[in-house]
Amino acid sequence: MPVFYDIDIPSRLMLGTAQYPSPRILTDAFRQSGAGIATVSLRREGGDGAGASFWQMIRDLGVAILPNTAGCHSVREAVTTAHMAQEVFQTDWIKLEVIGHPDTLQPDPFGLVEAARILTEDGFKVFPYMTEDGILAGRLLDVGCRVLMPWGAPIGTGLGLNNPYGLRSLRAQFPDVPMVIDAGLGLPSHAAAAMEMGFDAVLLNTAVAKAGDPVAMATAFAHALQAGALARRADPMPPRDMAAPSTPVIGMARLV
Amino acid sequence: MKITVNGELKHISATTLQTALVELGYADARVATAVNETFVPSSARAGQALAEGDRLEILAPMQGG
Repeated sequence: MPVFYDIDIPSRLMLGTAQYPSPRILTDAFRQSGAGIATVSLRREGGDGAGASFWQMIRDLGVAILPNTAGCHSVREAVTTAHMAQEVFQTDWIKLEVIGHPDTLQPDPFGLVEAARILTEDGFKVFPYMTEDGILAGRLLDVGCRVLMPWGAPIGTGLGLNNPYGLRSLRAQFPDVPMVIDAGLGLPSHAAAAMEMGFDAVLLNTAVAKAGDPVAMATAFAHALQAGALARRADPMPPRDMAAPSTPVIGMARLV
Repeated sequence: MKITVNGELKHISATTLQTALVELGYADARVATAVNETFVPSSARAGQALAEGDRLEILAPMQGG
């Protein structure tokens, strides 16, 4: 199971908490799937107590909390949001998002490194939402990140692992760094493929929350993660282009 | 004095962040605050003066991905 900043996490599934049909379904999705980390955010308090009731529900889940800086487009905004999240959620973990484009929600790699540097110096344990770029990964490690979270595909698309070569290359380049596929997954098979590539966990939200049955889908993802991780440990056969018979050829009857 | 609270114009009589939160109904709320885009930790709210036209952000836990 993954270890993030010296903390053992009991599951490879990290779940977002947005867009569920109801709080009850959110709670059931976490409990049935055994997800180990919940991502949360900060938004303007409307004065209706929604923030307090949400916080109580998340605390009752008994999972680790990972606040995000979702929607932040500048370093300053992300750093300020991280500090505000630290105070509210009482954790030094931060899922760092510095968004570079409003349509693709692609991370801004330059702002990301700068914000990660500042927050690491401020004592945060940064989980950077990043592209699968290996040079960017190196820069983020240089400034103190000890977990990396490359995207599978743009947030909310459900397209899966858009660049398998890039992700395999990133995994191979930094084999000892805990890595989470964050965003873009739509199906449990995508999660299984991520595990087969050697990633440590996945973080998803829309694929579960927007499924017809979010509780069943969260559970399906949990099973897929188990299967993929087991397959990775089982050392899969290398693929080949030519067919090779699995039934012995020697001893075959001469019938023609 | 007029200040902007979470994007809305408000009239308040409080002159510090701490008393403004009480006046605005956030006395016991689990919130984080920023004044003019700068984070103000809860320990510094009593000493944070507010001035006409200040922009106050009051943020609370919410769903996130």
